[in-house]
Amino acid sequence: MRPAHRVLIVFAITAGSFVLTFVDAARLRAQSESASADTARLVERLGLTDPVLFTEARYTRHPTQADLQSAFQDHPVAFEHFPTGSLVPPPAGILKAYENLDRKTEAPD
Amino acid sequence: MKIWIEKQKHLIDFTLASLARRKAKNLGLLFIYTLLVFVLASVALYTHALRTEAQKVLAGSPEIVLQRLVAGRHDLIPPGYLEQIGRIRGVQKMEGRLWGYYYDSVVKANYTFMAPRDLNIARGEIVVGPALERSRGLAAGNGISFRSYSGELHTFIVAEALPQASELVSADLVLMHEEDFRAFFKYPEGHWTDIAMSVANPQEVRNVALKLMTALPDSRPILRDEVLRTYASIFDWREGIMLALLSAAILAFGIFAWEKAAGLSAEEKREIGILKAIGWETGDVIKMKFWEGLLISLLAFLLGYVAAYLHVFHMDAIVFEPVLKGWAMLYPRFTLPPHIDGLQVATLFFFTVFPYTAAVLVPIWRAATTDPDTVMRG
Repeated sequence: MRPAHRVLIVFAITAGSFVLTFVDAARLRAQSESASADTARLVERLGLTDPVLFTEARYTRHPTQADLQSAFQDHPVAFEHFPTGSLVPPPAGILKAYENLDRKTEAPD
Repeated sequence: MKIWIEKQKHLIDFTLASLARRKAKNLGLLFIYTLLVFVLASVALYTHALRTEAQKVLAGSPEIVLQRLVAGRHDLIPPGYLEQIGRIRGVQKMEGRLWGYYYDSVVKANYTFMAPRDLNIARGEIVVGPALERSRGLAAGNGISFRSYSGELHTFIVAEALPQASELVSADLVLMHEEDFRAFFKYPEGHWTDIAMSVANPQEVRNVALKLMTALPDSRPILRDEVLRTYASIFDWREGIMLALLSAAILAFGIFAWEKAAGLSAEEKREIGILKAIGWETGDVIKMKFWEGLLISLLAFLLGYVAAYLHVFHMDAIVFEPVLKGWAMLYPRFTLPPHIDGLQVATLFFFTVFPYTAAVLVPIWRAATTDPDTVMRG
């Protein structure tokens, strides 16, 4: 077979696979719709606030509920010692509050 | 049109023959390029799907959660707070929540103990999350003992396990009766971990939160918006370790690809000189090199993306598992429904195909427009 035809067949297969991923994604989304809805209902019933992504430490298990000191619980200049602490950002509400305080200061301390 | 297509096929034939003359280098480039696209696409697909699913399921979380802080640290809600909150206009529903952490030394894992008001759990019984069911080999009717922090041994019977499909939110949960919770953790009567509230008018959530902070200065209200925003930014590629890890890999590949594409070897220069000498036009030489760049980069993108899709949504992102698990002994097993961001895929396609193709074309332009005799003599 001519090399150009072989390459075009390879590209047709890979491009077809690429398109199939979107079709498969739609199929899997439809399949998981009822399970997602049941999970959302469980969240509402139990009043949950965080998914179970990292169970290493309390501030990675519930990042939205953690206070700013949780990550430095051992002493004030403690380094982060759990690996997943580097994947989890501080809670959005805490960061916002601290930014506002800085901007409200007029005279230097 | 047919002539044009036939001409492109001939150019592709010649390009493939030219690539085959440096088979090892070109296959190596294709492999590394595909691997880089695979890693980038896997990260993009996983984080987008996780963010979308987390936001979807957390849409029902409490509108406001009120915590009490003492010296900047989380402390229990004392008696009287619920009555004070009840006097604030706009608060529709409020309930004290009881939840906390328990370290199980048997499997060296942390559990989240909770006493939900909305579930009917008998005294002495618990409902466990799927990860617990798996790690401790529990089933309905089994007994399990936990030693509390006061040293007492408490035994419970497992009433049921939460469904596996809900593992993303329930993996490590242990649900029990309120009195069992208070007895286990020695929680004083009338005290709560925090208070969950709903507000009559969703537009007034911030105003109600401000009123709460005024009425209870040692409180910290956490809004549902903040919960959702925290998970919108989680794994953001602009933050933290993802960028640090990937930028080094991207830079290394950039240097490799640029060296390969931008620096013409003596052999490649001679090849172009010979083509010009036998009658190839400058435009045909450039088209040939364009096909070379496009074939490699487009194939790398397609293979890398498809492999990434299969990895994330059919193999549960197994390559990332050690990174995500960290030192945790209890890790939830969940299959993410695929939510794909078209803009991310398009961006990946653009930055995979165009820069490399351009990098191949730029040095060729000069060689293709130079006198063949000069090029062949080097």
